Amino acid sequence: MADAVADLTRLNAHAMTDRLRAGDVSSRELVEAHLDRAEAENRALNAWLTIDRERALAEADAADARLAAARAEGAKLRSDTHPLLGVPVALKDLVSLKGGQCTAGSRILEGYVAPYDAHITERLRDAGAVILGKTNMDEFAMGSSNEFSAFGPVSNPWDLETVPGGSSGGSAVAVAAYHAPLSIGTDTGGSIRQPASLCGIVGMKPTYGRVSRYGIVAFASSLDQIGPLARDVRDAATLLHAVAGRDERDSTSAPVPVPDELLSLPASDDEAADALRGKRLGLPREYFVDGMEPETGRRVREAVEALEAAGATVEEVSLPHTDYGLATYYIVAPAEASANLARYDGIRYGRAVGPHDDYLADYLATRGGGFGPEVKRRVMLGTYALSAGYYDAFYVKAQKVRTLIKRDFDTLFAAGFDALVAPTSPTPAFRFGAKLADPVQMYLSDACTLPVNMAGLPGISIPCGLSEGLPVGLQLIGPAWSELELLRLSRAYEAVTASAAWRSEEPRDIGLLREPTTPTPVERVAGRSPR
Amino acid sequence: MAGLSHADVEHVAHLARLGMSDEELARLEGQLNHIVEQYTKLAELATEDIPPTAQTIELENILRDDVARPSLEPEEVLSNAAEREGDYVVVPAILGG
Repeated sequence: MADAVADLTRLNAHAMTDRLRAGDVSSRELVEAHLDRAEAENRALNAWLTIDRERALAEADAADARLAAARAEGAKLRSDTHPLLGVPVALKDLVSLKGGQCTAGSRILEGYVAPYDAHITERLRDAGAVILGKTNMDEFAMGSSNEFSAFGPVSNPWDLETVPGGSSGGSAVAVAAYHAPLSIGTDTGGSIRQPASLCGIVGMKPTYGRVSRYGIVAFASSLDQIGPLARDVRDAATLLHAVAGRDERDSTSAPVPVPDELLSLPASDDEAADALRGKRLGLPREYFVDGMEPETGRRVREAVEALEAAGATVEEVSLPHTDYGLATYYIVAPAEASANLARYDGIRYGRAVGPHDDYLADYLATRGGGFGPEVKRRVMLGTYALSAGYYDAFYVKAQKVRTLIKRDFDTLFAAGFDALVAPTSPTPAFRFGAKLADPVQMYLSDACTLPVNMAGLPGISIPCGLSEGLPVGLQLIGPAWSELELLRLSRAYEAVTASAAWRSEEPRDIGLLREPTTPTPVERVAGRSPR
Repeated sequence: MAGLSHADVEHVAHLARLGMSDEELARLEGQLNHIVEQYTKLAELATEDIPPTAQTIELENILRDDVARPSLEPEEVLSNAAEREGDYVVVPAILGG
């Protein structure tokens, strides 16, 4: 029985789709297997903030009924049922799910019950995907280690003493630890790609405007994008297809067609590998940043060799303003965050102190006690950067440098590069507490990802090997709306490295997750107070 | 660029409506100054002739027809409020008094 459960949770979403359509397995069986695993292992990982068994099983039964009805009608299941029908999915806990909590990892939203579904939640429900629950995250998506969640840190299943990355740390761990084949994350400066890299999975940040953010807790509105996390490229493409596209409730969601080819990336490795032939790729030298862990750099250079061996040309290129990305980002993102987070006033929803007669004291207490340290730092930075006397010096200056960063990319794509390849993160997973003392050190975790958000471009992280037993991610960056091409190239890289020894490695601490002696992540960090 | 003084930090905290202890403010003062130091790097770049970028996709003036449509259930929305009276949210008086 235990083996059967293990088998089902180790299937990727595509394999689940095939077995569901063939009638070999029911959605209820799949969902129960994942729920059992998630419930048994969450103590050791803290990846989930909510697991809703009752809701998930009801959705699974509904999916099974839809599959049975399609079969009874003699429908061509491949074309008439959605590939996600009956497949389990995890949502980051900033995606509204009607009737459920939506904390965004913050005390200030504790007790808040979402009165509506996000656009992507509606899309997933329409597809028949089964939402298992909501995953842990850095508070308001601000962080690169998941240590800034108000509900405790998350352990990385590759090494339980290390962080999973952030801010979508819970979503990455849920997929890496086989609690779900698919999850949704958000990426403002690297929050999908960096945890995907640190957890050894695939994570994509689509083009700004590709996915509607209606019903998503906002952090920095000119940067935030929603995207998929999965264990392989085809699964990520399927999930992206399900959620992408114009929605009039988010006026920044673009009326750009979503290619159906996302659903038909080649399953055959031989066929998939063809996508690299004749492609021109750029390797930006600035992304091999100071302080990069040497093994990480080596893995990326080995990946480049594999791309070349498959027929791509890789040229070293320059993105000269890369080094200004961090400062630019840490003006623009906090400025937007300080405005977005002004809504948490303790009046209409969320944590409230009061109402008393002194409304100002109520605000100060509600917000001062409701936000954690990183959120306060960013709200302070943003308020400062936007305040009288500093607006031009900081905010306008940063917006101008943002133009220069974007032009760096535009220049290369105009010169004919199909995509850029780079490291996703300068280091593999780091130990709890390693970057808490100095906020700038934490921010540097995103040095290779945040310029992509500044330019609004799509980027993907795919596993490319291990450094001392911990996963390393390869990042591919493309021009706006090139998700399909990026996924084809990623699938091709996956195909040409399909037999690499590192691909058979499992997260090495996965055997400890059910041991009663394994400490919880909260116990691991006890006594080291986050600042 | 000059850094933030203790008084600046207090002032910004007040603008942001963040109530914090003296200890928290003191810690923030050091951290914020360390972060703001990174900003000085931007002064290396001449940007007089560079237009600012506020958003990266060229969508402008997105409009839709103004038609009535179902909205959220008042009961579900109001149930999140700290204090209510009927279909109203109770707030402290901010005028007079």
